Amino acid sequence: MKSFANLYAELDETTRTSEKVDALARYFASAAPEDAAWAVHFLIGRRPKRLVPARRLAEWAMEMAGVPEWMFAECHEAVGDLAETITLLLPPPSEEREDLPLHRWVEERLLPMRHEDEAGQRAAMRGAWAELSGPEAYVWNKLITGAFRVGVSQNLVVRALARAGGVDEPTVAHRLMGAWDPTPEFYTRLFGADTSDADASRPYPFYLAYALEGGPESLGDAGEWQAEWKWDGIRAQMIRRRDNVYLWSRGEELITERFPELARAAGLLPDGTVLDGEILPWKEHAPLPFAQLQRRIGRKVLGAKILAEVPVVLLAYDLLELEGRDVREEPLRWRRARLEELIASLPTGATDRIPLSPIVPAAGWDAVLEAYRGARDRASEGLMLKRLDSPYRTGRRRGDWWKWKVEPFTLDAVMVYAQRGHGRRASLYTDYTFAVWKGGELVPFAKAYSGLTDAEIRQVDAWVRRNSLQKFGPVRTVKPELVFELAFEGIQRSPRHKSGVAVRFPRILRWRTDKKPEEADSLETIIGLLEG
Amino acid sequence: MLLRVSDRGMYCEAGDFFIDPWLPVDRAVITHAHGDHARWGCRRYLGSREGERVMRTRLGHDARIDTLEWGEVRDVRGVRVSLHPAGHILGSAQVRVERGGQVWVVSGDYKTEPDPTCTPFEPVRCHTFVTESTFGLPIYRWRPQAEVFAQIDAWWRGNQEAGRASLLFGYALGKAQRMLAGVDPTIGPIFAHGAALKLNQDYRDGGIPLPPADNPMGAPKGFDWSRALVIAPPSANGTPWMRRFGPVSAAFASGWMSIRGARRRRGVDRGFVLSDHVDWPSLLSSIEATGAECVWVTHGYREPVVRWLREHGIQALAVASRWEGDEGLGMGDEGADSPAEETTSD
Repeated sequence: MKSFANLYAELDETTRTSEKVDALARYFASAAPEDAAWAVHFLIGRRPKRLVPARRLAEWAMEMAGVPEWMFAECHEAVGDLAETITLLLPPPSEEREDLPLHRWVEERLLPMRHEDEAGQRAAMRGAWAELSGPEAYVWNKLITGAFRVGVSQNLVVRALARAGGVDEPTVAHRLMGAWDPTPEFYTRLFGADTSDADASRPYPFYLAYALEGGPESLGDAGEWQAEWKWDGIRAQMIRRRDNVYLWSRGEELITERFPELARAAGLLPDGTVLDGEILPWKEHAPLPFAQLQRRIGRKVLGAKILAEVPVVLLAYDLLELEGRDVREEPLRWRRARLEELIASLPTGATDRIPLSPIVPAAGWDAVLEAYRGARDRASEGLMLKRLDSPYRTGRRRGDWWKWKVEPFTLDAVMVYAQRGHGRRASLYTDYTFAVWKGGELVPFAKAYSGLTDAEIRQVDAWVRRNSLQKFGPVRTVKPELVFELAFEGIQRSPRHKSGVAVRFPRILRWRTDKKPEEADSLETIIGLLEG
Repeated sequence: MLLRVSDRGMYCEAGDFFIDPWLPVDRAVITHAHGDHARWGCRRYLGSREGERVMRTRLGHDARIDTLEWGEVRDVRGVRVSLHPAGHILGSAQVRVERGGQVWVVSGDYKTEPDPTCTPFEPVRCHTFVTESTFGLPIYRWRPQAEVFAQIDAWWRGNQEAGRASLLFGYALGKAQRMLAGVDPTIGPIFAHGAALKLNQDYRDGGIPLPPADNPMGAPKGFDWSRALVIAPPSANGTPWMRRFGPVSAAFASGWMSIRGARRRRGVDRGFVLSDHVDWPSLLSSIEATGAECVWVTHGYREPVVRWLREHGIQALAVASRWEGDEGLGMGDEGADSPAEETTSD
């Protein structure tokens, strides 16, 4: 546990990528496989579910630290993080203990807690807290609260593993995909010479695009590029191997059962096929709003009604495996041609469910620009530009694929509530609710907590402290004085919101110190955008 | 009551003097030379002999400063005033006032851990104790400073190996000198930002041995900074002044660094938990050592400390200090972790 906690501290202490990779590689080179397997599991974000309710953890910690509930709340507010608050409050262990390796902490102490009743969990937690201190206690508490996060991307973990094990990065990235158990055998296989894919369900790493800034002219000759519409759905991989079908989300969640109609269609693909695409709610050759898809995502049981109301398709973008062969190194123009042949050869029941992502005619950048301008009318988020020669790469890479998003909607709104942030924003008021005018009244319509600089956050924080009207738990109502320009991607009518509208991805563009609250926009303006 | 809070600070009516006033007054008794305690423009100051040099550096040469030795009693219109070491920085004092058998002690800022750069804190028995509460929550518990300095030394050595200069930020008065005295000077050359040079000299003149630390501005062109430790005030972080050092690792030494969020907000590579204030356990034990029947709590987490003391059978009261604002809303205690206060003294 010590060496893993030290690794965590090292990663936390630096923002330099090279140092993070060095620290990871050092750890992987020296850790026992049974520990390293768990470390990989946690580092790439596969954390255990929260095992103990936060409420209970807080109670037991208060008990052990000898502080009353109100004092715990004061401390929590100052720290901004439950696991850290507990770590700081617990009395340090009375004696130095022998260091138990990470895998034993996880397998013998953490996982068995799932089957314990409350008394058993309490005893287990007290036992652990009596043995751990400082960074180790922090890591343990983070694992218990299911909030273990560390500032490394999967790409960095892959790079470090590749370096430590002397294997190339794409191989490691692929072997980390899909369902696996953090066993020493798994860890050892990451570096094995055998490249055959033992696991039929394993997806390929997704290739992700960077945002294109400015126009596409910098990309060279338009003839070397393929343009497609960009959609707001669920990016997914459809796998048909050895008589089974699997549907993976980009977050590497197996979602086959949530989309039974797609699973049926996938069953009609030839064996040894993997497609990359976007799951979209789809009716009459056009997408439905994303909110419709959300109605389905939340449900445990999918009834006939919702299946009929919100049918979905997998809009096929790319072909990654054909007749059991990994074709990611083939150029896009080749993969697209095979994909078109494949889709065309499917029975109707499958082509309707797995339509091809249409290609936007791009005779020149002028035509592309015109299409881009019309994207919003098609409920599309913009364009994807992909180089026809490009292989299907791993992770987010610059150069061959670009997303070119339409300009967001913007409007000016007034801050009405403020709440303290978490993590590095702990104890600062950084989460705001914004309102627009409806008649003579301000109606809250969006929450946003990103977009300001650190200096602006400090100023707004100080302003909130001086201009609070009321306190409701952690939320303060503030004088409606500050105006901010907000950006957002989409607008929906929503009976669940007081304002009657819901906006997607709201964020702060800038603080309009030059505007008075009277100059903020009105609800009619938003509804106008909705109808326009 | 021997003392009360006025619009200009803590006031002793019988003796007609203020303690650490925040606006100019005729007669000010000063606990220590930090800006939030020693304000400019008073007609006369009374402070500790040990702190005279730094007070003069801060208040200017025209300031009229009288001094007392530790424990020496001055009669001010029938009020017996004496100063007792607070262990916060060089010359930092607790102010003891006595009249008609009633004894009050104003702590100023204090810490109980030994610090080679000032006289250690001495508990003073009293009826009413006015205490600071900068780190008045049980999440604040300091590790022994030997451990913290070992971390700083290890960080410095690590930077040398990585070919990077070590920039260590800390308040120019008190923290800078404590760091100078605490690090291992055999590791490499030490420099100090211009803002600390005069204060370093004041310390040395006051008999506090500090390793040599020159102004980096005086270093020859092409100097290899990768072996150096540079001590600087937090305000220098991110300024063009830093460019001369080439690749650096920046660290900040403060009690606030025990919170991860505060560490990350600072935007430094490392945070060292080194404070010149009492932590939670020392705050409670210091209060107990005074034997006070009544405790006034100021400067920091006043409300929680007051509530805690009351729940433990001690009469306690939160009193205003100018640095916390928002008094009308009763939310003043929340200013304690505000970034503005982080830059005063920690």
